[in-house]
Amino acid sequence: MTSGALFRMRMRGILRKEILQIRRDPSSIALAIFLPMVLLFLFGYGVSLDAENVPLAVVLDDHAGPARDVAARFSGSRYFDIHLATSLDEAQRWLDARQVEGIVHLQDDFSARLATGQVAPVQVIVNGVDANRARLIQGYARGVLQKWGALRQARGEAAAAPGVRVVQRIWFNEGAVSRNFLVPGLITLIMTLIGILLTALVVAREWERGTMEALLVTPVRRIDLLLGKVLPYFILGMLGMGLSVGVGVTLFEVPFRGSIGALLLLSSIFMMASLGFGLLISAAIRIQFVAAQISIVAGFLPAIFLSGLLFDLESTPRPIQIMSHIVPARYFVEISHTLFMAGDVWPVLLPNAAALTGMAALFMTLAYRKISKRL
Amino acid sequence: MATHSAVAQHTDHPGGNAVLVVEHLEMAFAMKKGTSLQALKDVSLQARAGQVTGLVGADGAGKTTLIRIAAGLLVPTAGSVTVLGLDSARDSIAIQSRVGYMPQRFGLYEDLSVRENMDLYADLQGVPMSARGERYRRLLDMTGLVRFTQRMAGDLSGGMKQKLGLACALIKSPEMLLLDEPTVGVDPVSRRDLWKIVYALVAEEGIGVLLSTAYLDEAERCHFVVVLHEGEKIADGAPHEFQKDARGRVFLIDPPSDVKPRRIQSLLSGRPGILDATIRSGRVRVVTATGGRMALDAHLPALWRTRIQQPSPSFEDAFMALIPRAQQPLDAIAAASEVPSPRSDEVVVRARGLRKLFGDFEAVKALSFDVYRGEIFGLLGPNGAGKSTTFRMLCGLSSVSAGEISVAGKDLRRSRSPARARLGYMAQRFSLYGQLSVQENLLFYGRAYGLAGRPLQQRLAWAYAEFGLTRWRDQTAAELPGGYKQRLAMAAALLHAPEILFLDEPTSGVDPLARREFWLRINGFAEQGVTVVVTTHFMEESEYCDRVLIMSQGESLAMGTPAQIRALARSEATPEPSMEDAFIALAEGAITPTPPIGDIVS
Repeated sequence: MTSGALFRMRMRGILRKEILQIRRDPSSIALAIFLPMVLLFLFGYGVSLDAENVPLAVVLDDHAGPARDVAARFSGSRYFDIHLATSLDEAQRWLDARQVEGIVHLQDDFSARLATGQVAPVQVIVNGVDANRARLIQGYARGVLQKWGALRQARGEAAAAPGVRVVQRIWFNEGAVSRNFLVPGLITLIMTLIGILLTALVVAREWERGTMEALLVTPVRRIDLLLGKVLPYFILGMLGMGLSVGVGVTLFEVPFRGSIGALLLLSSIFMMASLGFGLLISAAIRIQFVAAQISIVAGFLPAIFLSGLLFDLESTPRPIQIMSHIVPARYFVEISHTLFMAGDVWPVLLPNAAALTGMAALFMTLAYRKISKRL
Repeated sequence: MATHSAVAQHTDHPGGNAVLVVEHLEMAFAMKKGTSLQALKDVSLQARAGQVTGLVGADGAGKTTLIRIAAGLLVPTAGSVTVLGLDSARDSIAIQSRVGYMPQRFGLYEDLSVRENMDLYADLQGVPMSARGERYRRLLDMTGLVRFTQRMAGDLSGGMKQKLGLACALIKSPEMLLLDEPTVGVDPVSRRDLWKIVYALVAEEGIGVLLSTAYLDEAERCHFVVVLHEGEKIADGAPHEFQKDARGRVFLIDPPSDVKPRRIQSLLSGRPGILDATIRSGRVRVVTATGGRMALDAHLPALWRTRIQQPSPSFEDAFMALIPRAQQPLDAIAAASEVPSPRSDEVVVRARGLRKLFGDFEAVKALSFDVYRGEIFGLLGPNGAGKSTTFRMLCGLSSVSAGEISVAGKDLRRSRSPARARLGYMAQRFSLYGQLSVQENLLFYGRAYGLAGRPLQQRLAWAYAEFGLTRWRDQTAAELPGGYKQRLAMAAALLHAPEILFLDEPTSGVDPLARREFWLRINGFAEQGVTVVVTTHFMEESEYCDRVLIMSQGESLAMGTPAQIRALARSEATPEPSMEDAFIALAEGAITPTPPIGDIVS
């Protein structure tokens, strides 16, 4: 037989073995299908960076028309859930007891000042324990007041804060819905998990069960071993990706504005980088438990914290920004955000794709070198 | 010590060409803190086509390392291994397509079926499709797996896994076969079958086989034997040449009816001029140093001297005479065992209709037995027979599917703690804390059993003295040699002076020397009134027990004293059957214990 025929026969054997094992092992299916779904639902429904129905105390020391009008604007907003307090003291007690997250206080001279054209201040106190949320609430409160001012102006009444009007338009994520931002990022996380954890675990499992030793004493080449692990888990990972995109677009109604072709191409490159990293771990670690720990610490956690998935990298300290460049997920988060919300914007996609291609090639080469036919 | 000629010229089958040539092989493994472990030291040997070459030695002798180097899995530090004329380090791929290799754990994919495992290895070895039908038929026929091709490898018994492993190694008619401890933990029937297959291959296909084993009786079945000890070759030659050297130094003592063979064994062990004393088929087998009969007589009462015979030496006798060792001071143990046995008829462990189900799988099928105070009770059987499962139920570690157990008069299902405080348990893998020192391990277990202050100090002092652990006090448990790990585990299990001692496979993975010492110690405890329940897959170890229960596939095959069980297999062909013969006969249904022996009336 020719060496090509022998190679094909070896590959057939290895691939068939791997596919049979995946089919019969509930844990790899769970990791590739079940875990992505759990994460997607958890993040899709459970985690939201938006504030809605924020409990807010309103203290009206002034019971005239304009003051009641302001209170009405707040209670009409979908962002707030209003509780009228009789005094500032009572509102503060609510705030201390965390029954409300903020206080809107109108002083007794509010209407009078407004009528005489003076500055009529509205005091907004926000629980600042969660700084992000405090800023959100502050912003919503300002928005409510601005709208009220605009309305008064339109009716020809004096506004509380006349002057420059800000007209906001949010692009790409028009509703400013955090889910639209989280779900594409999550797909990155899921692919990282499948790529790194699954490959690292299955190779370590072969060491633990003693099958690797028998496999090595056959005429398999290093490239057979590499391809034998890459191909099946590449397919599995891409299935997990496809499933996540499908659920994201249909169930969570996340817009997808790019092309399927671009998504397939770019996610394949990212998948190869993840698989390469997983194989690199597996070439060094022969115990499933340790392989899982290293995959989580070196693969999964950076993909959460250093990829821009949850936290905007632009606002992190410089050293962290620099460090984030070695995390493949960083590039794919940008790609998936672009593909989902903006479309095939090649000037954004190409540099990221280039970085990922480089990393995939590097990890695969290192993994190939590290795979040894020795114990 | 006489070294035998390096080439087997006196073998029954004249050897063919050398398929394996090992020259001045050295192997060192780098360890922590810059130290290294010298696994092989200047080993040279040859294996020939048409022969079975056995690598024999205790654990840590370097057998597995040598086979792995030959298979191209390890690169030697110095020296060379040439397989079929190819260098094992440089041409490993070429070697790997021409040899068959079976690692210790068979290398099977448990979630693939028998047929799928064979297909995988056939694909990897490049066996042409046209040749497969014939080859598969032959291998399946040879291994008796024809009816099981669809079964998952993980659902096969230990013996069947071993045969499937062998079939996979043989898938491409290799020119040489490397087998690393192929028979460890496998039942005697399967062991015998494996040897039949190996002999057939050698005779019909003329391949060379290199096989490592810790079973000394298997060495006798090899054409040529190489004895390794702590990385060095200490002897080689045909088995009968070894036996020749031990002539005049092996004796069998038939104990008088009122003396237990164990007592004679304790009396002789470790005495000057005595190299080995074991119990074989109810008699004490002794290997002396060059002193011969004189050395033996010096230790025995004059009355017994008429009961001494001189059998022809076995390979094991020769091996024991060969292995260098420090004289172990076992006097303390021997002295302890001279106290008359306080054995009584009090039942301390009682099991009735004990069953264990794992889903549909019945791991233990209706076992009933009693264990009396001060007795050594053995649960004997191959891996997967259900010994450990039975054991865990006895200790209250695993729930009981059906049946009743009482230990020290307590039903474990109702009052686990009080009953547990009176028993000591030593788990299969010794359950020691590897990073803790010997002292810290003992302190931990002592306190876990509720010992403190003076009683704890007294028990620690006892443990150090009894188990000779003083020297290792500050060593971490992980660094201890195998035999000492076992001692420490036993010390930990005995700290609270339990009445009943449960030992799960205490001798597995422990070399023959440490095993002998272990049994002497156990003997001593039994003589002091401790009840011992022990599991083992070494058939010959049943001789150290008062009574044994032989298990296979969850069922009880027979129960009784070793002599009673051996007697079952007595026939004209085998007038003096060994425990292994009895097991094979029982497992194959050639004999049935009628009426049921032992003391349980079902």
